[in-house]
Amino acid sequence: MPTDRKRTDDALNPDRRRLLAGAAGMAAMGGGFSIIRLALAKNDDEAVSSLTRWGLLIDTAKCSSGCNACVSACNDEHNLHGFGRPLTDPQWIRKLDLVDEHTGHESSLPMLCQHCEHPPCVDVCPTGASFRRDDGIVLVDKHTCIGCRYCVMACPYKARSFVHEALSNQKSYSPRGKGTVESCTLCVHRVDRDRTPACVEACQSDGGGAMVFGDLNDESGVLAGALRDHPSSQVRRDLDLNTGVRYRNL
Amino acid sequence: MKQTSHYRTLGTRSTTYWLTLLGMLCLVAAGYLAAHRMDVEGHWITGMNNQVVWGLPHVFAVLLILAASGALNVASMSSLFERKEYSPWARLSGLLAICLLVGGLIVLVLDLGRPDRLIVAMTYYNFKSIFAWNIFLYTGFILVVTVYLWTLFERSLAGHVRRAGLLAFVWRFVLTSGTGGIFGFLVARQFYDASMIIPVFIVLSLILGTAAFIIISMVLGQWYEDSPDTALLRKLARLMGIFITTELFLVAAFHLTNLYATEHHGVEHFMLVGGGIYTVLFWLGQVVVGGLLPLAMVFLCGRDRFPKTALAAAVLALFGGFCQLYVTIIGGQAYPLVMFPGKRVASSFHDGEVALYNPSMPEWLLGVGGMALAVVMVLLLVRVLPFLPDYRRSRTAA
Repeated sequence: MPTDRKRTDDALNPDRRRLLAGAAGMAAMGGGFSIIRLALAKNDDEAVSSLTRWGLLIDTAKCSSGCNACVSACNDEHNLHGFGRPLTDPQWIRKLDLVDEHTGHESSLPMLCQHCEHPPCVDVCPTGASFRRDDGIVLVDKHTCIGCRYCVMACPYKARSFVHEALSNQKSYSPRGKGTVESCTLCVHRVDRDRTPACVEACQSDGGGAMVFGDLNDESGVLAGALRDHPSSQVRRDLDLNTGVRYRNL
Repeated sequence: MKQTSHYRTLGTRSTTYWLTLLGMLCLVAAGYLAAHRMDVEGHWITGMNNQVVWGLPHVFAVLLILAASGALNVASMSSLFERKEYSPWARLSGLLAICLLVGGLIVLVLDLGRPDRLIVAMTYYNFKSIFAWNIFLYTGFILVVTVYLWTLFERSLAGHVRRAGLLAFVWRFVLTSGTGGIFGFLVARQFYDASMIIPVFIVLSLILGTAAFIIISMVLGQWYEDSPDTALLRKLARLMGIFITTELFLVAAFHLTNLYATEHHGVEHFMLVGGGIYTVLFWLGQVVVGGLLPLAMVFLCGRDRFPKTALAAAVLALFGGFCQLYVTIIGGQAYPLVMFPGKRVASSFHDGEVALYNPSMPEWLLGVGGMALAVVMVLLLVRVLPFLPDYRRSRTAA
């Protein structure tokens, strides 16, 4: 089943992990704290758990129309710089500018894969290449995607892009391929190393601090707490997809 | 009414036959080269983009798949409903169904982003996807119709013809439902997400298949010493007229149902009034030229001019079906996604805009190449196996 997928990115085998743990003790004395952190990271053979559900809260009141920090960070992180062809160049995250037709109220927000609990893209994928990990991250297996684009048709958020031409200089942690479909991975390569997605990091440092990343299931966590304490909404709530990305002040 | 129990191969040495075959082979080659170029260069050379991800090849593919299902009409009339006048043509009906489906599937496969991964599509299945189901429905259709043809060819299996015909009849309705379901189950888009699309596609398949049969049987007739029966053509054309009437009713019901819901007013206004090429194709192509005109031709035309009128009406009905699928598949994507009702949306990804789509030459060539492949298969196979009725021998035997 697609949801049983395990992380298979670059290997950290158990022997290497023990070696690093041993070295960490010595390195810590010399101030090598980062090595300890690496040694204590999750094993790559360890399955992700449904006890965790990664998600985002985006406060549109803190997101300004001219700010593109999250988009730039995503493009840099995954080398998404296009070919100067706006109609076919992929976009994993984009800024939407909204104007209320009745009141004229303007707002701005980033739109990306909403990492739904019931993703239509996963339902329609004929080969199971679109899948949802147990921790809620929706991904595309680039080895079994046949490029039928049915998931692009099915996504209510226009969050998926089809790669229309050959790519070069790809990041090893973010494989992409001509003729396949791609979308936001929630920076799974970072999340699996206990880091936050690039867009969130950029929003905190260079943007308005509008994005909060965390575990929706962790009641004591910052994300679940913020969602509990303040009203929030889901885009296309009517579809009942239970999105992992939520918005405030929408 | 002519009756026959004898069949023959097409043994013509007509120059027009060979020129037609050569022309069709050239189109097939051009289609293959176009697909190869799309595969090597990537889809950016086509008119398709991240707003309109399914383009002209999908229009041709769905047209051929629906026509394949409908081409079995004659076989069903003969074997299931026991209308004897259709029996001589049941073999050609089955052959045409298989050839049209193969043509459509080839277009669909060659348009994939990774056509080299066809084996993946055949070995990895997500059974929640209607697409995955359709892979079985399409391959199963070819198998079922082949078995049906076998019962027609093998006289010792004559007792099983009705059963095989029933299975093929049921299978083609499920197949067409599955094809309609591809769009009907898309909850994201305003113009889809309607189970009504399934009966609309079923009736459209009956129109397209009947039209394709009329055209192919008449084209073959010019190289055939004993041309198709005018009375039979008249019946088929009038049957097509009934299907067109039904389709016009279903399409009207579809739009009226949408108009009743305020949330669909935007997309309905786009399709019916302000959608540019899509509005023109709907009213002029689908309703008038491809609907009302062939309807008037088949019901109002005099008996003496009927064969040519039937041919013209069938061509117009095919054109109408093409327009209908273009409006449905491409127009349905061109209308922007409604993520924030009541708000105007703008972005660098063309949110809130009517999507641009201009079909490219590779797309035309791929689609036409798929149609040509179906014709080539028919033209060659009728020379190899006795698919055509031999009226002369039947009369002599009688």
